[in-house]
Parts: sequence; C-alpha cells; structure tokens
Amino acid sequence: MLRLLLRRAAHGILIVWLVATATFFLLHLAPGDPIAASLDSPLTPPAVRAHYRHVYGLDQPLSVQYGRWLAMMTHGDFGFSFPHRRPVSAVIASALPNTLLLMGVALVLAFAAGIALGLIQARHRGRPLDWSLALGSLFFYSMPDFWLALMLLFLFAFVWRLFPVTGMFDPVMYPYYGFWQRIGDRLWHLVLPACTLALLSAAAIARFQRAALLDVSGEDFVLTARAKGVSERRVLTHHILRNALLPVITLFGLALPVLLGGSVFVEKVFSWPGMGLLTVEAIGTRDYPLLTAAVVIASVLVIAGSFIADALYAVVDPRVRLE
Amino acid sequence: MTSPASAPLLTVRDLSTWFHAGRSVARAVDGVSFDVMPHETVGLVGESGCGKSVTSLSILRLIERPGRIEPGSRIEFEGRDLLSLDDRAIRAIRGNRISMIFQEPMTSLNPVFTVGDQVAEVARVHGTDSRREAWDRAVEMLQQVGVPAPAERAREYPHQLSGGLRQRAMIAMALMMHPALLIADEPTTALDVTIQAQILELLAELQERVGMSILLITHDLGVIAESASRVLVMYAGQIVEEAPVRTLFAAAHHPYTEGLLNAMPRMGDRRERLTVIPGTVPSPTEWPAGCRFHDRCAYAWDRCRAEAPPLYQIGTGHVSRCHLAAEPARRRSPHGALAGGAATSS
Repeated sequence: MLRLLLRRAAHGILIVWLVATATFFLLHLAPGDPIAASLDSPLTPPAVRAHYRHVYGLDQPLSVQYGRWLAMMTHGDFGFSFPHRRPVSAVIASALPNTLLLMGVALVLAFAAGIALGLIQARHRGRPLDWSLALGSLFFYSMPDFWLALMLLFLFAFVWRLFPVTGMFDPVMYPYYGFWQRIGDRLWHLVLPACTLALLSAAAIARFQRAALLDVSGEDFVLTARAKGVSERRVLTHHILRNALLPVITLFGLALPVLLGGSVFVEKVFSWPGMGLLTVEAIGTRDYPLLTAAVVIASVLVIAGSFIADALYAVVDPRVRLE
Repeated sequence: MTSPASAPLLTVRDLSTWFHAGRSVARAVDGVSFDVMPHETVGLVGESGCGKSVTSLSILRLIERPGRIEPGSRIEFEGRDLLSLDDRAIRAIRGNRISMIFQEPMTSLNPVFTVGDQVAEVARVHGTDSRREAWDRAVEMLQQVGVPAPAERAREYPHQLSGGLRQRAMIAMALMMHPALLIADEPTTALDVTIQAQILELLAELQERVGMSILLITHDLGVIAESASRVLVMYAGQIVEEAPVRTLFAAAHHPYTEGLLNAMPRMGDRRERLTVIPGTVPSPTEWPAGCRFHDRCAYAWDRCRAEAPPLYQIGTGHVSRCHLAAEPARRRSPHGALAGGAATSS
C-alpha cells in the first residue's frame, strides 16, 4: 500500500513538472511579455524598457530563464507578480481559499443532487418522472457553463433580484455585520455561482448514476436480496447503490478538472475573487509567474482529485482494499 | 411417497408466467400444476430454458416486468393465496417462510458487504432482533451449516471465501428463519463434484433438523436421484411427467424423460457415446402446435402434431403428457425420428 502511494506521488510530481514546463514554454513563446503589457506606452523610452527587462532577467536566453524558474519552483518560490506588485504566493494565498470554497460547495451539491436524481430515475425507470428528469439533465448537461452563469445571473439577480449580482459579500454593509450575519451574507453570495457549477456537474452525475444503478439492478445478488424479503426501497438504497457508487467515484476524479475549468468562466461572470478570475486577469497582463503558478496549482488539484477518488474506491469496495 | 391424507404445503395450479414484449408473448411457464408436501423433497428437472427457474421465481412473486403471472394462476402456501397478498405480506414470506438459494454463489452474494452482515440482514428484516442479536445468530447459523471459524468468516467479504463456503453462507442466509419451504435453484451446478456432494448432504441433514420441504431445481438427474423423493419433469413451459423418483428411473414414460435418462452416464455403462436428444428447446414465443416435444421425438406420429396431449395417469402418483399412454403399441416402432429431427433443428 505504501509503495503504491509512493508510486502515485512520484507520478503526480512528474505530471506537475510536465504541465508546468509546457505552460512555461507556451507562455514565453507567445508574443508580448509582462514589461510590454505594463510599460507599453509610446512615452516609455526604450532604454527604460530594456532596463526593466534586464532587471527581471527577461533578456536572458529562454533556457537560462527556464533553469532559474525551475530552481525557484523546487524551493516553493513562485516569483513576483508585476501587475499585483506582490509575491505570487501572497496573491494566490488570498484567492485560492475562495476557489476551494466555491468548488467544495459545488462538488458536494453536485454529487448530492446527481446521486439523488439518479436514484429517483432508477426507482421510476421508464415512467414519465424518469424521462422528464432525463430530459432536464440533458438540457443542463449540454449547456455551456458561461451561458448558464449569465442566464442564472440575469434571472435570479436581475429580473427577480433574489440573489446578489457579484462578489463574495456585500461591499458596503459587510464590515457592520455581526458574525452570523456575515456567514449568512457569504452564503447568500455563494448560491448562484455554486449552483451554476453544481448544475452542470449534477446533470452528468445523474446520467451516470442512473445508468450504473440500472446496470447493477440486474445482478444476481439483487435477486438474492429481494428473495430475502428486503423492501424495494432498501434494495435500491443499500444493495444496489453501494455497488453503483463505484463508477460515480471515477466521475469524482474527472469532475475536478471540469469544475476548475468551469470556475474560470463562473468566477469571471460573478466577479468571484478566486483562482479562475486571477488566471483570466493574468492572461491579459502577461503575468508569467502568476499564470504558471495558477496552472501548477490547478494540476495539483486535479491530481489530488484522482488521489481522493482512489481512496474512496477502497472505502466503498472491499475488493480494492486488499490489492 | 406422501400420504394423500396430509394437506400439501404448497399448491401450484395452472401457473402461467408470460413475458410480454410488444406483440410477441413468451410463454415461459404455461399451465404448471404441482404440490409440495410437508417435509418432502421434490425435484424439478429440465433443460435450460424450459421454465424451471421462472416457475420457482413465480412462487415468491419475484418476476419482474415484462414478465407477468397470468390471471387464472393459483399459488397456495400454508393455506394462503400468495398471488393475492400485498407487497408487504409477500415480503414477510420471502426469506422467512419460503427461502431461495441460487446457482451462482459467486454472484449471488453482494460483494461490498460482509458475509455476516448479509446473513444477519435476514433476521433484521423479519425479526425484531437488535443488530447485535442478529449478528450472533448469523454466526451461529454459519456454524450450523459447517463454516469453519464462523466468527472470523462472518467478518470477511464474499470474495475471500471459496465457492463451497459461499454456497454454505447462502444456505445459512436461507435457513436463518427456519423456513417451511426451501427453493434450491441449481444449488450445486457451479461447484466441484466433491463439494456438490457435501452441499447435498448438508441440505438433507438440515432438512431433517429443521423439518422443511425442498423444491430442488436442477438439470442434473444425478442430483435428483440422490436427494428427491418425487420428480417433476418440465419441457417447454409445461410439466410433461411426474413420478416417484424410483419409478422415474425404472420406468420413465415420456420420451423426453427417456431422452434425459439416456443422456446421463451411469456406472457400468458400456456405451461408447451418450445418446443425445436431437434438436433444441423451441422458443417460448412459438411453442410447436400439438405436443411441444413432437419434432424432437422418436415416436411422434400424426396425432402428436395435431393434438396437445393431456396429462395421462400412468400409475400411482405417475402422470405423463404423452399420447403413447393411449396408444402404447407405438412405442415399439419409432419412425422418421432422425429425418424429422434433422429437418427441424437445421
């Protein structure tokens, strides 16, 4: 088991390195650089630009830049962000928790709703409730994330004014709120972005869960359970579901990258100060250090997701535990 | 033999279980009637696809859509009409008064729960046992069915047990509530021959102890010879012969039963090859007209193609669904068998 973990960890590090390297070269090969983005004005004398290029080492050959960057990375130093005028680690430290909160809530909502919908559909297989839910989930499944975000924003924040338009908390009143009011305010701001992300994933999870449940319901041990006198409800939620969770756990590993990708658009639409918004801005300002750091963190999250999925497998299926 | 005076434990009358798919109807079980007496073991034999398993599942109403037990069928157990019970009442009988064990001990146990949990669940569903009591009873039951170190085995998962132990666990599960009737659907088919014998012995011993009846479903006449006192032979959704086990082996009447017996190897057999019954079981969506066995039968004549045979009384407790009972002389002159068989099975 320990050897397996070590091997997985080694794989993970290798993948992070490959992703980071690819990002590094991709960014540096693209036209423009941070100096150009921030000092790009006819009034800036070329000598000033050259001076800053030299100070930040941007006039060095790419191979030298790569070597330095790699050495810094291995020491956990992500460099300095020009546009933010702060160390990259400080910028990320203020944005990452917001994204983790949004994704965590979205993930829990998505799986709770997806599994519940799958159960309802399997229970009512072939009947109107089943196919109307199937139609509904197909509708959300095929919807682009930014469009869904805009539509929810338009309907629930603009037309009906049930939820706030943007941000994580009320910009004016927040400092005057008490503890519980602050929590309530944050949750209220969380509803729309989290639901946007959750709806997209929940639709896919529901489709998966329904198929897995129906698949397992044909197994011999289901007949055994019925022949024992177990009620239909318990057969479904106990005997069938436990087995049908396995394919959905695989989906958990796959859901993280999707959520992360989706959060880029959703954070942009809802002005949620997280990693997604940060990444979008960093692309605009050619903020190399921040961008590569964001990509590295995203890849670490994705790898951690598949790690967690593997661990969950072992929890649900005793046959995996022993191998 | 059972005395005609005692009331049957289970009475099945005109049981028809059909599967409806669009406009075609598969008549998997088509008018089956039989009794099971208290404490007796009845064998139900036939090839795959003859309707034996559907018959057994119908008794516990475990048939799923598109299958349906047709109106006019009757199943009585301990004086109650099983087909008119509501869901809750039939569930109270399943695993409690009537239990089932299945062919594949590998796939019949749930892979993600411990063996002990699965055995104990029966007591939790049917009794008022606490979790602790149910578990203790499960361990005790595993001990009774000959599982060594039952307390440790109970904490293991099905994949950690051998096939024989898994089937013992299934039996423990089935006997937890001391049922009056055990339906064993091919209980030994998936097991090694030596394990087969052990399991059959165990069933006989437990039957003695618990005092239950067994409906033993198998395609293996050897298993029947060892365990059953009375045999039902099924073909194409119908019972074609019923006889006490000795009578069946000594003087089978129906040509299909004859064929099954000839296809079975026996001690001191000098034959080079076993005889096979030509052709295959017809499709349940289109049973042949007349006698359903006629196109595979060595004796078939015009009457067999035109007229469905009733169950003829052959002797005491011995019936056969074959026109030879009316015209016994024809048994001496089989004709056209191979030609007829080859033509229809091509």
